[in-house]
Amino acid sequence: MHTPVPSAFTGTSNMIAVLVLLTEFGMFRAPLLRSQLRLYALQSFLVTILAGFLAISHHIPELYALGIISFVLKVLIVPYVIRRFLDRAEISLSDDRSLGVASMTLLAMAVSVVGFFTMNSIHFDSAALPTAALDISMAVVLVAFLLAILRSDVVSQAIGFLSLENGVSIASMVVASGLPLVIDIAFLFDLLVASVVFGLLMRVHHARAKTLSTENLDRLKG
Amino acid sequence: MDKVMIAMAALPLVASLISWFASARIAKTVSIGTGSISFLLAIVLIPIVIKDGSASIGSFFFVDPLSLVFLIPTAFLYSATSIFSAGYIRVPTGSSGVRYIKHFQAGLNLFCWAMIMALIVNGLALLWVAIEITTVISALLVAIDDTERATEAAWKYLLLASLGLGIGLLATIFIYYSAATVLGQSHGLSFSNLLAGSSEFPHQVVRLAFVLAVVGYGTKVGFFPVHTWLPDAHSEAPTPVSALLSGSLLSVSFYAILRFFQITERSVGKAFPQNVLLIFGLATLLIAALYLISQRDVKRLLAYSSIEHMGILAIGMSFSAPIAVFGVLLHVIAHAFAKGGAFFGAGSLLRKFQTKDLAKITGGIGLLPATGPMFVLAILALSAMPPFGIFRSEFLIVMGGLQSHNDVAAATLVVLITLAFFGLTYYVTQTMLTPAAEPIHSPVVGEPSFYIVAAMGLCLVGLVILGIHPPGQLVTLLNHAANELEVL
Repeated sequence: MHTPVPSAFTGTSNMIAVLVLLTEFGMFRAPLLRSQLRLYALQSFLVTILAGFLAISHHIPELYALGIISFVLKVLIVPYVIRRFLDRAEISLSDDRSLGVASMTLLAMAVSVVGFFTMNSIHFDSAALPTAALDISMAVVLVAFLLAILRSDVVSQAIGFLSLENGVSIASMVVASGLPLVIDIAFLFDLLVASVVFGLLMRVHHARAKTLSTENLDRLKG
Repeated sequence: MDKVMIAMAALPLVASLISWFASARIAKTVSIGTGSISFLLAIVLIPIVIKDGSASIGSFFFVDPLSLVFLIPTAFLYSATSIFSAGYIRVPTGSSGVRYIKHFQAGLNLFCWAMIMALIVNGLALLWVAIEITTVISALLVAIDDTERATEAAWKYLLLASLGLGIGLLATIFIYYSAATVLGQSHGLSFSNLLAGSSEFPHQVVRLAFVLAVVGYGTKVGFFPVHTWLPDAHSEAPTPVSALLSGSLLSVSFYAILRFFQITERSVGKAFPQNVLLIFGLATLLIAALYLISQRDVKRLLAYSSIEHMGILAIGMSFSAPIAVFGVLLHVIAHAFAKGGAFFGAGSLLRKFQTKDLAKITGGIGLLPATGPMFVLAILALSAMPPFGIFRSEFLIVMGGLQSHNDVAAATLVVLITLAFFGLTYYVTQTMLTPAAEPIHSPVVGEPSFYIVAAMGLCLVGLVILGIHPPGQLVTLLNHAANELEVL
């Protein structure tokens, strides 16, 4: 398979994609909720850089606009909202230890491999980014799933959802960089609304339960 | 036509704004008015869509027979639910009561607006946006009672549905990619473009996108194994919201899957999407039937019944017979009417006896002279008893299965539906038909509200019409929509 772009471009974008995956790993195992949040902001920043990089190298003006909007939203506003929530809640450590760090990391590696090779086996042609970035983005999505499912506190679960969206963003840069800007903005607007509602429910949950843990959310069964 | 579509998109939004700022009484009236107008507008669209095939405004709005089939029950439940809420919602006194009713009425209109938008926007991308909006609004409506249980249900719902829709977005992006190989970059994912070009889409990518769409949107439809939020949210939401979630929202999400189905069958042939839906459908139906048997909480019972019916829809789509597809589409409409009626009845029970536990209620039919019998009828309708609409639709689905030589699947379908029938009727008939306990403990005879009776009556009348003699134009519309889904 050949891509019409120089290899320095391929290398750089692959490296950024790998860094995004590494931040996802970091979030998955970070015990401090604040550091998890910082990692999320960093990851969003990396995704923005990738968008900017793509915009410059391929002269896609829409991607500049998209990059700026996603920077403001995902690097500034959303982390700020959650940060303020954490400050008010005065809880910094996730008391969740359903799995040890080692097994969590191993599990994350295993699903990454699955995601990577599944996508690799399907043929994609991309004029924008190397398709390896797509394989990595699938790994990001799967680890984000684990984060939302295995961690049992509301902040981690919300961050799991938000970082899943980062993975989808990379995938869309690889295979859908020509997507009309209006639609991209609609997606981001939705993300904003969803994170506001996530924040709202997190606050309600904390006000009721005096904890961020979801361990006690077991009343509804059967 | 243009005016009708714009009115459908604008009116609920206006109603929502008015409900936010006006008094409770005005909000009630406006909601009922807007709901009824929306339903009438949907009816008005039927002959126009039959004549013109489809219509679009710019690249934003688009209605064709398939979307109209889903629009009719959504708009109907909008009107029926606003009538029901007028009688059901008890306003606590004081400023908190005013705030509650304001949030509720505005949210109800906004929720219906988002569902209507999902059905009239053009293209997979806008459809995704609209469905995501339905999720956030309905999650807030689930949490509106502000109890621990409601918060828990809302959190689970929001998290699971958002993760699911993340997968749905991935599916949308892959369809964009496959379309770009044919249509070029910067196309807007509009339905007509996608359907025209889909025969040349790369097969592997379309297959991947379809499976992702079924898992992703399936989260909101209630497919096993991502159905777990559904009974919680349905049981803890205020009853009008439960009715809308169950009767409309699930089928709106199913509509999204059908759009992917259309593209996939044109690209890779029918067999693949049908097999995927058959597997999800059977697993979903099996789980729902098993849970139905031991369910005593009336709203959870109805929630599992919704999961059951979504499983039936998926199985029906897996039969390659036009009659089965026709049955599926009729089922969507009939299910909305029946589920609306059943949830309104459950609301009436809840108001009367202050409990959702069926084992603690006796003498329902005597104490609720109108809604009691109607509730039993709605439950029988849900279990596919004649002469109601669901009997006709399930009959057509099973017949389609036999016609297309899917004998095993059709037989399994019948067995599981029968199992679900036992589960659904066992406690309900006991509750309703056994005489009331000691008069000291039981409430007095009478209906909580006339509005509830009216809303349930509407649902049952609709069900009987659908079962005995569906209007000719509706049948034509369903045939057109079934043709859209059938590539011969």
